[in-house]
Amino acid sequence: MSYYFAIIGTQDNPLFEYDFGTSKQGGDGIARFTEQARQLNQFIIHSSLDIVEEVQWTNGQMYLKLIDRFFTSYISCFLTASNIKFLLLHQPPSSSSSSGLPASSGASTLTSSSSTTLGQHPPTSTSTSSLSVIPSLSTLTGGGNSSTTTLVGGGTSRTSTSIAANPTSPQTEEAIRNFFTEVYENYVKAIMSPFYKTNMEIRSPVFRARVAAAGRKYL
Amino acid sequence: MSNHLPASGGNGSHGVRAGDSGLRYPSNGKTIYHRPLNRTKTAELSKAAFAYLFAEMVSYAQRRVTGIQELEKRLNLQGHPIGLKLLDLLLFREPPRTQLRPLNIIALLHFIKINIWTHLFGRQADRLEKSSNPDTPDEFMIIDNEPLVNAYISVPKEMSQLNCAAFAAGIIEGVCDGAGFPARVTAHTVGDTAGANNGSGGGGTGTGAAAADGEMWPGRTVFLVKFQPEVLEREALIGNKS
Repeated sequence: MSYYFAIIGTQDNPLFEYDFGTSKQGGDGIARFTEQARQLNQFIIHSSLDIVEEVQWTNGQMYLKLIDRFFTSYISCFLTASNIKFLLLHQPPSSSSSSGLPASSGASTLTSSSSTTLGQHPPTSTSTSSLSVIPSLSTLTGGGNSSTTTLVGGGTSRTSTSIAANPTSPQTEEAIRNFFTEVYENYVKAIMSPFYKTNMEIRSPVFRARVAAAGRKYL
Repeated sequence: MSNHLPASGGNGSHGVRAGDSGLRYPSNGKTIYHRPLNRTKTAELSKAAFAYLFAEMVSYAQRRVTGIQELEKRLNLQGHPIGLKLLDLLLFREPPRTQLRPLNIIALLHFIKINIWTHLFGRQADRLEKSSNPDTPDEFMIIDNEPLVNAYISVPKEMSQLNCAAFAAGIIEGVCDGAGFPARVTAHTVGDTAGANNGSGGGGTGTGAAAADGEMWPGRTVFLVKFQPEVLEREALIGNKS
């Protein structure tokens, strides 16, 4: 499971971004996005801002849950009172995600859905070691032969973590809620600085460390 | 768990320095992120200190201004960022059950009347009114009988138009803007022309009483909240849906 987290200001301007991988059940906390996917993520997040605007006036909750989906990328949203959006893109590791072409991504969606049924096996002891090797392999090969990498990645990832396995489950929802709540607390602290003005980029290394810690703790 | 600073700085005796940015941390290593957001019940600011600082703010704003309007605008601008930040802070302090973003004008004004006022002045605002004049459905009034900000401000006769509660109006404006309800907020002493016009516009029971109490509360201030047209448009749309 790879995550891309962004804070978007009121003018749809990015204030903060951070990508990380899962730390649950042997994950090493490193995002498995390919170079292309990294750039694509920003577009996906940006396009889901439209959905946020649709949802935000129908629901007074801050946590808007899963709001958008782009092939195998799922976007969860948290909206603060002053209209700052926290967007978390999460991607189960089965996806090839690199090319973003409808054909290959469609295929990867298929494999992910079919492997969900296989995914009930408990993680084996060897899975941790194989985990760290194979996904990095698939990142290396990237979009070249996406069909094979999808299969390999999907096979190992199913056993990696329950949160990663199904992005729409209540457990995932709850984990993301906890993550957002902790980031929100730190965001409020950040804006309490008298020198901070709305829509300023958040550069504080302490803030970044805190977001990273929240990611390690919950996701 | 997360209470660590970046590993670049080492010596704790004087300020820790982060490698490349030249950023300095306090010598005890505690940044704004290490302090709790929930204040203790008794953590109130002394009124004298506030009065002193506010008097300084007014005289600072008064420098290099040409008229009363400009002075009020400056006071308004000083309050605006406070409102933006208070909105997030006070909603954060709400218990999770009621941690809802205000979605309509009434919810927003209630939040201002109750939460913002209690936080700033230790009590709720005295009254909330909607303009009953059909020409101005976008105007709402928050009424404070005795604004704390004006307690130690004496306005000279030749500046009788001035109401230094423009600062509090700026805070309200910041809250409204932040919540996605862009508005213009102005402070009027009741009895002066603008306040009287808006107050007597409809002649509802509330406004009639407001005029009568005018003598009892000489400092009574009306915060006139005038929302932008798009806010009312959206309000109508949301109302139709639900």
